[in-house]
Amino acid sequence: MSGFTPQFRPEHGEATPWTVLRPDGELEPGREAALSDEQLRDACELTLFSRAFDEKGFSLQRQGRFGTFSPVRGQEASVVGAAFALDPARDWVVPQYRELPALLRQGLPLEQFMLTFLGDPRGGAAPEGVNVLPIQIGLAAQLPQAVGLAWGHALQGRDSVVAVFCGDGASSEGDFHEACNLAGTLRAPVVFVVQNNGWAISTPRARQSAAATLAGRAPGYGIPGALVDGNDLLAVHQVVADAVARARAGEGPTLVETLTYRLGDHNTADDASRYQPAEELEAWAPRDPISRVLAHLRTRELWDDAHDTAVRERIAARIDEAVRTVEAMEPPGVEHLFEHVTETLSPRLQGQRAELQAQVRTR
Amino acid sequence: MTRLNMLQAINTTLRGELARDERTLVLGQDVGRLGGVFRATDGLLDEFGPDRVVDMPLAEASIVGAAIGLAAAGLVPIAEMQFLGFSHQAFHQIGAQLARMRYRSQGRFPMPVVIRAPFGGGVRTPELHSEALEAQFVQSPGLSVVMPATPADAKGLLQTAVRSSDPVLFCEPLRGYRLVTGEVADGDAPVPFGKLRVARDGTDVTLVAWSAAVQVAEKAAEALAEEGISAAVVDLRTLVPLDEAGLADAVAATGRCVVVHEAPLSAGFGAEVVATVNDAAFYSLEAPVARVAAPDTPYPPGRIEDHFVPGVDRVVAAARATVKAA
Repeated sequence: MSGFTPQFRPEHGEATPWTVLRPDGELEPGREAALSDEQLRDACELTLFSRAFDEKGFSLQRQGRFGTFSPVRGQEASVVGAAFALDPARDWVVPQYRELPALLRQGLPLEQFMLTFLGDPRGGAAPEGVNVLPIQIGLAAQLPQAVGLAWGHALQGRDSVVAVFCGDGASSEGDFHEACNLAGTLRAPVVFVVQNNGWAISTPRARQSAAATLAGRAPGYGIPGALVDGNDLLAVHQVVADAVARARAGEGPTLVETLTYRLGDHNTADDASRYQPAEELEAWAPRDPISRVLAHLRTRELWDDAHDTAVRERIAARIDEAVRTVEAMEPPGVEHLFEHVTETLSPRLQGQRAELQAQVRTR
Repeated sequence: MTRLNMLQAINTTLRGELARDERTLVLGQDVGRLGGVFRATDGLLDEFGPDRVVDMPLAEASIVGAAIGLAAAGLVPIAEMQFLGFSHQAFHQIGAQLARMRYRSQGRFPMPVVIRAPFGGGVRTPELHSEALEAQFVQSPGLSVVMPATPADAKGLLQTAVRSSDPVLFCEPLRGYRLVTGEVADGDAPVPFGKLRVARDGTDVTLVAWSAAVQVAEKAAEALAEEGISAAVVDLRTLVPLDEAGLADAVAATGRCVVVHEAPLSAGFGAEVVATVNDAAFYSLEAPVARVAAPDTPYPPGRIEDHFVPGVDRVVAAARATVKAA
């Protein structure tokens, strides 16, 4: 335990995010990394993986080999920091769609993720034992579901905690408020991670809410809230780890806002240059979540050029392997329209399937 | 067999299912201490405790959303919408989330969720309490839409709903809650989905209805009998899955058909019945299929709702015209 209680305290004020790691890679005085050296190196590798996948995904999408997808770029520390606060064997991740590294850490095969963004229904099939719900496209709809999931585990005496992710845009949805309110009422073991990346596609944070901070709404739900530097992997990890510990101890939910910045497009169909001011991007560049962790690891001699090269080669090979695997798969057919709609197909659906299959055969 | 009204049938069924399977739980607004605004969940809180009969914050989307999560955690939630008319506030959680979670997760997360929702007119409720919205949910693939008309079916279909691994919207005709009584089997008597019920035999015309409209059709059939017209009454019971074969047989047997429902006419489920009859029994028809439905107007205040909800007279007139058509 870090000793940090994730709630607003007068000493750091509502609008001052909790920080552990300074942009230059040095620790804030009096604060320490709650991750072991090994965990820290793994977390760094996962952030690099995520950034590399974003780049590969954009490139493949431009070649017409990959579907529309939403990169994590700029937010890696928020996702990875939170993910490393969870125990994948018993805790759950309920994602929106910008949380690839958290899903990977929970054990989701990369191929599965790629299939989803290729528009292949088989992408939804997370293997049994991988504690994740499917990617969510309807903003904030996953939040009440996460509360129900956490509540359901608690009712059955399991000590599972659910981390649910959404963005600043989703925090304006009715489901967000209903979920926070419900979680507070039930004291459900859930951690809301709101990644405030400054933009809901092109709508800036300032047009999202007049509230000074999104986490500052927490007292209205009767739950603790915490504002954390979302580009600081160690700070996010610490705050979420404390929230997880609280949840596990039966003390209920926490609302965590990670203050971060989406570096570029919302997804591969977007053009952020139409709305993101260049000076804003420049201002955030020195706070890049990856360079920050790398600087810290190098200072502590936990990362050197040889290790860096080895890690990047490993990542590239893994991504290439996944690309080969999904591109070698037989494309889904008519039967995939009907599989898993219901447990058994009604006569009407059986008829529709037969009709479509016959049409495909005569094409 | 025991004689029960609809509410008693639903209440005893919920009690039986909660006792049968400890994974089940009931959640909604006022379902606990009050026992539901209609008392459908009366006594369940005392018997099963607050972890299994749960008064929820007044927020429909989170009631359904939480039910989805509970199901993903391995439980069997039975959620109540206080009135189907309020389900618009949860429509995205029902149609876009619950109904397609099995498909979205490729079978990893089946959704054994039941949403109970009273609906229907004729009892002078305030605005937004009476709307028949069933057709809206029929367009949410993955969701069964169940519309019992009798106490026996309320029990049998609810047992099937709770035991189904797929989500079910279970619409209860509130007008019949205390008025409609009937013999109900004791113990287990699940009624399968997708099998219509022939409520009354007849040879001249087939009246097709569901939920509270079945009683209207039955009364119309009695009135028609006095005129010498023999009307069959068919209760669809479940709109999804639809008993297409049973519907085709029932219509072919008389060659004439009138569909009766409480929802507005345009794109109501009656249109689906007509299209299905066209597909499956067109050449047996001796007259166009008629529809008796509410007008395409907002559900009105109580003092004029009897002009809105189809009554016996309109069904009789439609059946008479259909039988007389060349």
